[in-house]
Amino acid sequence: MITQTLITQAVAIAEKRAKRPGASVYSGRAMTMIERSLYAAKSSNWLIIISGFVEPVLYLMAFGFGIGQLIGDIQDGSGNPVSYAAYIAPALLATSAMNGALYDATWNVFFKMHFSKVYQVMLSSSLGPMDVALGEISWALIRGATYSVGFMAIAWPLGLVTSAWGLLAIPAATLIAFGFASIGMAITSYMKNFQQMNWVNFFLLPMFLFSGTFFPVSVYPEWIQVIVKALPLCQGVDLVRSLMLGIIDISVLGHIAYFVVMIVLGLSFTTVRLKALFMR
Amino acid sequence: MSKSVEREAVIRARSLTKKYKDFVAVDGIDFDVYRGESFGLLGPNGAGKSTTMKMITSVSQRTSGELTILGKEPNNQGPEIRAHLGVVPQKDMLDRELKVWENLVTYGRYFGLPRKWLKTKVEELLEFAQLTEKRNEKADDLSGGMQRRLAIARGLINEPEILLLDEPTTGLDPQARHILWDRLFRLKEQGVTLVLTTHYMDEAEQLCDRIIVMDKGKIMAEGSPAELIRKYSSKEVVELRFGTDKNEGVAKQLEGKSERIELLPDRILLYTDKGEALLTAILDSGLHPVTSLVRRSSLEDVFLRLTGRTLVD
Repeated sequence: MITQTLITQAVAIAEKRAKRPGASVYSGRAMTMIERSLYAAKSSNWLIIISGFVEPVLYLMAFGFGIGQLIGDIQDGSGNPVSYAAYIAPALLATSAMNGALYDATWNVFFKMHFSKVYQVMLSSSLGPMDVALGEISWALIRGATYSVGFMAIAWPLGLVTSAWGLLAIPAATLIAFGFASIGMAITSYMKNFQQMNWVNFFLLPMFLFSGTFFPVSVYPEWIQVIVKALPLCQGVDLVRSLMLGIIDISVLGHIAYFVVMIVLGLSFTTVRLKALFMR
Repeated sequence: MSKSVEREAVIRARSLTKKYKDFVAVDGIDFDVYRGESFGLLGPNGAGKSTTMKMITSVSQRTSGELTILGKEPNNQGPEIRAHLGVVPQKDMLDRELKVWENLVTYGRYFGLPRKWLKTKVEELLEFAQLTEKRNEKADDLSGGMQRRLAIARGLINEPEILLLDEPTTGLDPQARHILWDRLFRLKEQGVTLVLTTHYMDEAEQLCDRIIVMDKGKIMAEGSPAELIRKYSSKEVVELRFGTDKNEGVAKQLEGKSERIELLPDRILLYTDKGEALLTAILDSGLHPVTSLVRRSSLEDVFLRLTGRTLVD
């Protein structure tokens, strides 16, 4: 007597999905990870979340309007005069997006991987590693995008957006956040302890200070310029600055391509790594 | 034999092997788990129980051998297999940032179950796990027993046919264990197949219809608890303690008085079918143990016989 295998809802859903290629890695339910993050966010410390947003705003006030008074107008990329605050605002918007994305994609992911072990549990449901990767990265990018929207809400009324192209700075910031979230989670997945995690921070501060944020990259010797321009934040700063100041040329597409590659690489490495860590 | 022909194997393993680099965690084991039964993997830490569980859950790929779960191949049908399974991991692994009910809902959502459907399911499971009143507490704030019950409730959210429990009562106090056993019995009555690992022999005796005794990645014996005890041990055991430094000397004197004798660091075990009579004879011969005890044989004795070691050390 062979009894029929029970077809429960969960089974029906999984079997329907199984016909698609890649079903063992991706179930198409990354969204449920975001739902989980929303529940968790309700009880998290809002002060910490807000502080991440406030940081670039403080830089804008201190450098843009403080030191900016001493500097006066400077020339933008195409030779037009622009206030110092308007020059650094796009850079700080890009930084906002980066910070927001990295908070979740680095430290929070590290904690979940090594301490709360929630990924192991998720992977014992019918979710695949790519659902987990995409879900976590999406949540991080939402945070990054939210920070940049908040920053824009301050920069726009202050007259720091001089071109209508500036509206596109929000989707651009979202793309930047996506890129940093992907790479951030991928790198974090290789980190084994807190010391290694601190190296991430050690790298981020100089990148923030020297990526054309507060002064043009052209001040460096040629060979340093090449290195700095290859850094993701510098790419992001250039992209947002072009849009907010309305200096649109082919290089915008180059920056976009840079982030698309970053996203694909980060997502792939994270998926592979989650599989290696929790499904071996 | 005729019985096993009728029964349907929901899990089937043949020469199942898992190697991590040079270490062989599971070394070519064969077993079947039949629908509706309660199947136990008994063995000490490092015996390969958890690795076997992971391979069944299809989160760990076997190195060689065969494994099918409900006729499916874990190497490429992982998500489908997991939709049939309920998993209760060793350390609960609850989502500690979430409330009790949120733990259940989110886990159900991972399977793609609709919110509306989950709403009633969650209530039912809270009731089953006796956690209805704790629904709005953070998972982190529950007692150990409650956390384990929540982990079981979570494992049941997709209405699994097979529930896998990795050391379900490790670290729980006796009362919490009994509540848990009661819940597991109810699931079994409902027809859920239970597969559990344990290093507690009393748990295996209480819960399992059939067990495999594992050690160092291999299966040492297989059968019902009663069968195993009958086959590998005597009816009764006399436990004697003479003091750590004296046990060994006395053991030599006692040789031949029982079917078998085991000398452990802290006590001597004598295997016999007539425990009281043997104890009386020993006392009459002028030996004075510090403590003495006559008890029924247990799976612990089976394990000792099979491996020469105790289960919990």
